Amino acid sequence: MSNLLNVSPSPHLHGTETTRKLMFGVVLALVPTLVTSVYYFGWGAIIVTLTSVVSCVLFEYLIQKFILKRPNSITDGSAIVTGLLLAFNLPSNIPVLLVVIGSFVSIAIAKMTFGGLGNNPFNPALVGRVFMLISFPVQMTSWPVPSGFNTGYTDAVTGATPLAILKEGINNGEQISSLMEKIPSHMQMFYGYMGGSMGEIAAVALLIGFAWMLFRKIITWHIPVSVIGSVAIFTSILWLVNPEQNADPVFHLLTGGILLGAIFMATDYVTSPMNPVAMIIYGCGIGVITVIIRVFGAYPEGVSFAILIMNAFVPLMNSYIKPVRFGEEVKNV
Amino acid sequence: MLKTFPAGGVHPPENKITANAPIQYLPVPENVIIPVSQHIGAPATPVINKGDYVKTGQLIAAAKGYVSSNIHSSVSGKVNKIDNAPDSSGYKQPSVFIDIEGDEWTDTIDRSPEIIQEVVLTSEEIIKKCVESGIVGLGGATFPSHVKLTIPSGRKCEVLIINGVECEPYLTSDHRLMLERGEEVLIGTTILMKALKVESAMIGIESNKPDAISHMSKLATDFKGITVIGLEVKYPQGAEKQLIKALINREVPTGRLPLDVGTVVHNVGTAFAVYEAVQKNKPLFERVVTITGKSLKHPGNFFVRTGTPLSSLIDAAGGLPEDTGKIVAGGPMMGKAINTTDVPVVKGMSGVVLIPLTESARMKINPCIRCAKCVSVCPLNLEPYLLMTLTEKNLVERAEKERITDCMECGSCSFICPAGRPLLDYIRLGKSIILKMIRERNLK
Repeated sequence: MSNLLNVSPSPHLHGTETTRKLMFGVVLALVPTLVTSVYYFGWGAIIVTLTSVVSCVLFEYLIQKFILKRPNSITDGSAIVTGLLLAFNLPSNIPVLLVVIGSFVSIAIAKMTFGGLGNNPFNPALVGRVFMLISFPVQMTSWPVPSGFNTGYTDAVTGATPLAILKEGINNGEQISSLMEKIPSHMQMFYGYMGGSMGEIAAVALLIGFAWMLFRKIITWHIPVSVIGSVAIFTSILWLVNPEQNADPVFHLLTGGILLGAIFMATDYVTSPMNPVAMIIYGCGIGVITVIIRVFGAYPEGVSFAILIMNAFVPLMNSYIKPVRFGEEVKNV
Repeated sequence: MLKTFPAGGVHPPENKITANAPIQYLPVPENVIIPVSQHIGAPATPVINKGDYVKTGQLIAAAKGYVSSNIHSSVSGKVNKIDNAPDSSGYKQPSVFIDIEGDEWTDTIDRSPEIIQEVVLTSEEIIKKCVESGIVGLGGATFPSHVKLTIPSGRKCEVLIINGVECEPYLTSDHRLMLERGEEVLIGTTILMKALKVESAMIGIESNKPDAISHMSKLATDFKGITVIGLEVKYPQGAEKQLIKALINREVPTGRLPLDVGTVVHNVGTAFAVYEAVQKNKPLFERVVTITGKSLKHPGNFFVRTGTPLSSLIDAAGGLPEDTGKIVAGGPMMGKAINTTDVPVVKGMSGVVLIPLTESARMKINPCIRCAKCVSVCPLNLEPYLLMTLTEKNLVERAEKERITDCMECGSCSFICPAGRPLLDYIRLGKSIILKMIRERNLK
């Protein structure tokens, strides 16, 4: 035997989970969504996703190596997740240069400036996305109509998203019942046949990813369920009060970024709260703010803003919302 | 549905390699080193001198004060010296070195194989017997048992809990004891019930030991007031407060004792030791130890005399494997890594785990990704990531407010952390700083 023994404090066992396995677990959960976005948007989806992932990883590598001069961290997979999520939040016909700029903002400004993985207060992919939405509003809101590989990358036919149709129609004084005729049916929307960011349209693919992440214990149910639940409850109330001015809850859940946001963006480890009670409050906050922006705000969609706003409250929630400690509530004494 | 505790917990791979290995008697070694402190509380005072001849079972060090315990010789022979020797904690302790000559037991010990059912002693006599026999908690904490058996006036114990959970991976000493000495364990339980003046007792066993559950349940039908309860497999269910929560759904408040919720917990090993002390007049100088490891040739369970060097135990199990990277005294979740096989087996050592080199090193420390897994597995609902950060930044007052001193060091947080962060190391450090601070505060 070797004469030297390892000596360390307990525990002497470690679970099989590692940061890298968790991150690649998320990547795997995003595969169904990747498949549907390629199916609906063809070359555009492939080009935008590849550009986004490659540039995110590259920026992280370059910053670690030449600016921070720290060990390479790209193998942990978090830059890949950021790249995928950023791409899924973009229209599939967006120019490559803009994707690179968005990736730079996500990684360089929103993530590495704060010290890299684990330190960023705001979701990097969403910071990139919102930066692009404000800086390039035209390109960011021209949504290709799903047509697979039938059209090329930049010459895709564009059309409005269901949420944009709804917003514009309501502002023009139209009734929901007539607007709904211009919008795909709920079933079509469930499978993703509508305009929108390439990763947000297919509810079915997102839900498969959700099921996988729950099964693999990558995330817990708290955040997604509270986001989805609060949106459902809030929009139900509005719908019941005035069904001619407000869309039904199923419409709200299937359109825009609710599912992508609830399942993949709000659950980002780094920028979400650390205990179940705070997670539920955080999730409900996202749901409520999203609906307020959608129904009462100027933008047709508000998931990105809602998540970023709630991100800002996370440190506060971690400080003031505490789990009930074992033995704290004095019972049976 | 099986009972368990609600908050937190992890599922380390069980690796109960020795679950089917019957308990063997380890041959008496050539010499033993018996530390005078094998328990929580004041070390015992040696009552023999160098050169004395001692018999097996003879008192060699007497308890010093109330929270302390008698130490008996586990062998017969000549006292070589009384000197400091390292124990499994790595610190040197005063110990009695005995060179063995034969195996001559003191006459008072009943060595017949006959099982004595009838309990004749009164409550006070039983407690006195436990004091004399040096009985301590054999689950690992080694708290002197008589202290737990003495109910202060005005208080009442409603139910006795016997801990047969054995939630640590690898260890099977309690499992085998229940299978092979189940009747003695139950008589021991009856004795403990009598000492505590309670009518009912519960034996909690995790469902990964179905044979022990069915065996004990069958035997228990002949004993009044004892029920056997199967529990869901979850670490750290063998922790006193978690077991109480699982079995009777009562939460022991911070800083209080199980008696404050009307119960007392003893280990099955302790129940067996109490049986031997009360019915057979045999002091505690021998216990079941699991010697195990993935590369070990003959892992097994042994009755080992206290003071036996670990090397003798390892030799009996086929010798130290080539690829040994770490030797753990106790279970792999809460046991202590030791740096030499010369340390003696003591009363609280329920197992020795030899971990192969490939599994013995810790993983590289990565940045915290704030996944909240440490929070979700903490059985006490603490926030390990926060306690670690606060300790790192020396914000000890805040750590105290976050109840760092509640931590029982089960290691679930370090076990689960995907970034391999040494959460428990820092929490221990923070705890020790704060406990020192509290002591100083109390002096003022």
